[in-house]
Amino acid sequence: MSDQTNRTPSGGRIDRSRPLTFRFDGNSFHGFAGDTLASALLANDIHLVGRSFKYHRPRGLLGLGSEEPNALIQLARGNRTEPNLRATQIELFDGLDAASQNRWPSLAWDIGAVNSALHRLFPAGFYYKTFMWPASFWRTYEEVIRHAAGLGKAPEGPDPDRYEKIHIHADVLIAGGGPAGLAAALAAGRSGARVILADEQAEFGGSLLGEDDVLIGGAAPAEWVAATIAELQSMPEVTLLLRTTVNGYYDHNYLTAVERVTDHLGAAIPTLPRQRLWKIRAKRVVLATGAIERPLVFRDNDRPGVMLSSAMRGYAVRYGVLAGRRPLIVTGNDDGYRTALALAARHATVAGIVDLRADPSGALVDAARAKGIDILAQHSVVGALGGKRVEAAQVAPMTADGKGLAGAARPIDCDAIAMVGGFNPTVHLFSQSRGKLAWNETLHAFVPNISHEAETSVGGCNGELTVERALKDGIKAGLEAARASGHTARQPAAPKVEEPTLGTHRALWTLPSDKPIGHKGKHFVDFQNDVTAADLMLAAREGYRSVEHVKRYTTTGMGTDQGKTSNVNALAILGDALGKDIPAVGTTTFRPPYTPSTIGVYAGRDHGALFDPVRTTPMDPWHRARVAKVEHVGQWMRAWYYPKPGESFRQAVDREVLAARQGVGILDATTLGKIDVRGKDAAEFLNRVYTNAWLKLGIGRCRYGLMLKDDGMVMDDGVTTRLADDHFHMTTTTGGAAPVLGWLEEFLQTEWPELEVHLTSVTEQWAVASICGPKCRDLLAELCRDIDLTNDAFPFMAMREGTVAGIPARVFRISFTGEMSFEINVPSRYGLALWEALMAAGERHGITPYGTEAMHVLRAEKGFIIVGQETDGSVTPIDLGMDWIVSKTKADFIGKRGLARPDLRDPNRKQLVGLLTEDPNEVLPEGAHLVETLKAAPPMAMLGHVTSSYYSPNAGRSIAMALIKGGHGRKGQALHVPLAGRTVKVTVTDTLFFDPEGSRRDG
Amino acid sequence: MALGMGRRGPTGKPRYSIFALARNALSYHENWQAAWRSPEPKPSYDAIIVGGGGHGLATAYYLASVHGIRNVAVLEKGWIGGGNTGRNTTIIRSNYLWDQSAAIYEHALKLWETMSQELNFNVMFSQRGVITLAHSEHELREMRRRVEAIRLNGIDTEVLTAADIKKLVPIINTDPSIRYPVMGGFIQKRGGTARHDAVAWGYARAADDFGVDIIQNCEVTGFRRGADGAIQGVETSKGFIGAKKVGCVAAGHSAVLSEMAGFKLPIQARPLQALVSEPIKPCIDTVVMSNAVHMYISQSDKGELVFGAGTDSYNSYAQRGSLNIVEHLLAAAVELYPIVSRLRVLRTWGGIVDTCPDASPIISKTPVPGLYFNCGWGTGGFKATPGSGHVFADLVANGQPNAIAAPFSLERFRTGFLVDEHGAAGVAH
Repeated sequence: MSDQTNRTPSGGRIDRSRPLTFRFDGNSFHGFAGDTLASALLANDIHLVGRSFKYHRPRGLLGLGSEEPNALIQLARGNRTEPNLRATQIELFDGLDAASQNRWPSLAWDIGAVNSALHRLFPAGFYYKTFMWPASFWRTYEEVIRHAAGLGKAPEGPDPDRYEKIHIHADVLIAGGGPAGLAAALAAGRSGARVILADEQAEFGGSLLGEDDVLIGGAAPAEWVAATIAELQSMPEVTLLLRTTVNGYYDHNYLTAVERVTDHLGAAIPTLPRQRLWKIRAKRVVLATGAIERPLVFRDNDRPGVMLSSAMRGYAVRYGVLAGRRPLIVTGNDDGYRTALALAARHATVAGIVDLRADPSGALVDAARAKGIDILAQHSVVGALGGKRVEAAQVAPMTADGKGLAGAARPIDCDAIAMVGGFNPTVHLFSQSRGKLAWNETLHAFVPNISHEAETSVGGCNGELTVERALKDGIKAGLEAARASGHTARQPAAPKVEEPTLGTHRALWTLPSDKPIGHKGKHFVDFQNDVTAADLMLAAREGYRSVEHVKRYTTTGMGTDQGKTSNVNALAILGDALGKDIPAVGTTTFRPPYTPSTIGVYAGRDHGALFDPVRTTPMDPWHRARVAKVEHVGQWMRAWYYPKPGESFRQAVDREVLAARQGVGILDATTLGKIDVRGKDAAEFLNRVYTNAWLKLGIGRCRYGLMLKDDGMVMDDGVTTRLADDHFHMTTTTGGAAPVLGWLEEFLQTEWPELEVHLTSVTEQWAVASICGPKCRDLLAELCRDIDLTNDAFPFMAMREGTVAGIPARVFRISFTGEMSFEINVPSRYGLALWEALMAAGERHGITPYGTEAMHVLRAEKGFIIVGQETDGSVTPIDLGMDWIVSKTKADFIGKRGLARPDLRDPNRKQLVGLLTEDPNEVLPEGAHLVETLKAAPPMAMLGHVTSSYYSPNAGRSIAMALIKGGHGRKGQALHVPLAGRTVKVTVTDTLFFDPEGSRRDG
Repeated sequence: MALGMGRRGPTGKPRYSIFALARNALSYHENWQAAWRSPEPKPSYDAIIVGGGGHGLATAYYLASVHGIRNVAVLEKGWIGGGNTGRNTTIIRSNYLWDQSAAIYEHALKLWETMSQELNFNVMFSQRGVITLAHSEHELREMRRRVEAIRLNGIDTEVLTAADIKKLVPIINTDPSIRYPVMGGFIQKRGGTARHDAVAWGYARAADDFGVDIIQNCEVTGFRRGADGAIQGVETSKGFIGAKKVGCVAAGHSAVLSEMAGFKLPIQARPLQALVSEPIKPCIDTVVMSNAVHMYISQSDKGELVFGAGTDSYNSYAQRGSLNIVEHLLAAAVELYPIVSRLRVLRTWGGIVDTCPDASPIISKTPVPGLYFNCGWGTGGFKATPGSGHVFADLVANGQPNAIAAPFSLERFRTGFLVDEHGAAGVAH
């Protein structure tokens, strides 16, 4: 069988008894359970897995995990397709269907590679310097750029899968389940603390899974991992989360983690979400996120087959896959020798070890020599040769200072190159938590220094690169975290570790070459975004010296790998160019998420039916049965109008409006905001929040009030009723219910804490049927025997408690239509019963339900305002002609000072007026603007706009209200409303269009 | 209007072009000059601009190019363009409700239309159109009011039906049965996006070419005033620098500066977050904003979907926000654009928006003679950059606001003549 030619005959953590079939770019391959897509591709000798972003250079695997910049994959098809997944993190399943991205027509023959031929024209930031001529052509250039950019493709339709969220508290959250994280979990878990251990991989163990030269307690690391997991699983307070990436670190130890629940199964499971967002509040956090190896920067270091040494070793040890038969190792420390030995043990022919150091020594070096591996000390790789696969490396001796060559370069044939550039602690979460980093001169890397949160970094991400140190570090931190979260813990013994001793590291940020950087080939720093050492030097040369400028100018570190392999190399090269130390160059800020995370998992289930609650009144089933048209008002669904068969909108509304004034109309007014105001200072409180006087309102009496913002602008209005000396029932607009409550609470809690007042929202507690019209008292009398409804006994603006249709009720005699009107409030659960009783009894009076549209017309006929329609946050009571409601005598109320400002008395402010069109059948569009002097075409000076406009069947003509400059002084003036294509002539009037005497409200 | 088109300054920097790129390619791009110098401050200048964001750099550029005041320093406490200039979602439009706002944003939009050529720096201003959605009868009514005002102000605007919107934005969900269905909207076709960092760099390079000194890592720590109360210069982390005219353009930190100068500004500073997805092939060509389904979206030239939402509700100077805002934003994104659910969030970040009580900016003289402030742009600052710089340069040069700047004086908070734009921004304040 020719497949899996790179698979070793035995070994690795794959399950060779479970072969799997998968497709890549349409071709079928085999792998094993336990493979990632990356290891399976490599097993099949597929090195070319992608094309780079800008130059479309052929690219292979660089890494082993979430640091991978090159191998970006489009997985699956149709609505489940997912772009930009890293092959290194896709667990293989049977039938997996993967495709490469950003190439056309094929990965092997990509037309975009023409960019690579023209690369000299495309240095960093080239697009800022060109595409400017001719000026009108940018959109054309841009379309070409847009189509060339981007990586994978978005799905074609809605996501069929489900996402969930879970909130959880923990004593100790441990991010990362390698040696340090496992040790910390064990130490903390044994104390009985509530521990969460999360790891992004499919099994715990971290770096231990890829090592074959370490013994823990005398056994293979996997045994220690298995025993540790078994013990942790036995602890009831410990939660183990695999395939879970801790990706966000927010204030006060609030962290997020994304768990991929079903992705590895290749199919959705109906009972499970696809992914789950863990929202964790932890008393202590232990970061055990490991370290990521750095590439070396040499010419054409991006050729497929050139990869991180730790990755090449990991593929061999963990997956039983040889990245090459003849690998070359380029190393700055002893770790390269471990890779050479691991590969040699699996029958690879190591082409040589190019060591940047002058005098490598120690057990590992001796072991490599004993194996007959050629060691080239103080040598540099000048460049890689090959196209779609590395074929050789140009190697030359270098000077002692590592800055130049000390001899001629010669090619060494190889089919893979392993780079040992030193390790960077994975400090992303630490940095998100606002911890401060420090530069470590031995490691040549940034390490955590000062924590901002209750957090400890351990193991690799703390710069502890040996297993022994990682275990000790983890135990110590686990113990401390358990104690700090209130648990008694005893120090567990650290297991004995046997592992190779690693010598010093020599960091050379760019390897010396035979040509200056930028003169031949490309020295890649950020592989995904095609940023080279020459680009960074160019940025510095052009004055982009802040690390943030360089990042933004060159785009280094801004790819989907977020610079995991490039950041420190970039800082070092920039430092060289600027003549600064790396710490002086500074770092950019890491921000959530650590690895890109699905939008769906943040959205959770808060979309579709659960996007926002739909609020309906208890009478809603009745409205729907009558096929009422509904209107969205904030979260509420309100009956808009009730068309009879064949009726138009206008016919239905006209009928409803007429019935409300001629017989009896009924409106579902339940949605009005209602606030129960109680306490000994309730009257004083109302006196401060409304513009008019409230102290002397009698019990059982109602009063209309306006609330202003502190700038003097109208915020809300409504009728409030005194139920007892210390008890009021306040109503607000429908949309204002929640904001007004919040506003009042803010004042009570922050401005007037001395007032004894309690506010309770009772909007949902009361259902309200409002009946109006000349026959409404007769109707009510039939259903209500215990309230005297005569004008004398129950005057306008009064409230009586009694029984309506056998239901305990508060009946308010208030009116938003100008007609005699009763608003009957009953406990919500009786709302529908009340409504049905009123409809049944009203039948012989011709009762007519009317919706919000008729309500708007009825109130407009009387010139009553609607807050939010006649007002927009820039309108004072005076502008509305409501000076009468603003107390001149009260010492203070909210908005009094704002209202006193001189421009608010300017007679040329926009003021509310009525408008009558020349043609009585012409209904102006709301939002249309008025002008005094008509011009042939815009621009023309506007006076203001039409706020409300209706046909009024009671006035027998159209009516409108408008806010216009100096409106109160313009009564009788003729103005113009220029509409698209025509102009309407109007006359300014008063806002009262019907029953000017106001005689109807008393019946 | 004289905008200095094509004029080059005394240093006579070589122009950028495809030919310059080709020429420099022959020398391995090793001969490019710095886009701007990094000089040490002189003892004094004719004018100092405090704040090296887009607005401050534009102010310096127009002082030099329009008003001939070239002995100017821009003092930046960090790196230029590092505040909201480099943190916004790059949306540009002028479709504002109130005349005063329409005037300044339209003034800006006209400058955007020639900016790349004038600065000889491609800021990638792309007039791909900005659509605003309406999801209820109430929003439709407000939209009609706004559209009519925009039209009568002579600014381009078109009303769209849900079907029109679907045609322009195929990925949008126009199902009428969703919670807040798309009932219509309007578009400003001249609106669009630009490359935010390039705006700072382009103005810096062009101002530098006129001799303006751009001084980074120079924090202003105080103001020095003479016996007459007038400004004499600024105390900085690099020592005292003299100037008879000082213009502060420091966005979120304006209130800190005004405290140093001895007066208060009516400004609240709050975090505003944004985020981008991983880059994907083009799937949305316009900018789309929605108030009821609280989010806005566009796609960058690199392919990232750019999302924005509302401000966090607390005051802060930390350039970071809360997770719940991101969750709500992305739920809204999935609601309106269901295909984004399987895409991934690449990067989230926050900026600090400085907002006045009326959500309009301050471009004003101050109680200190010679000291001017330009701030309070809230969520609308990026799109205003060239217009803001242009009129502020006029104010600093002449000592009196021109007609466009006059409505935005500090005085308005005392007299009450506010320009209340709360409803006009894409986000709630």
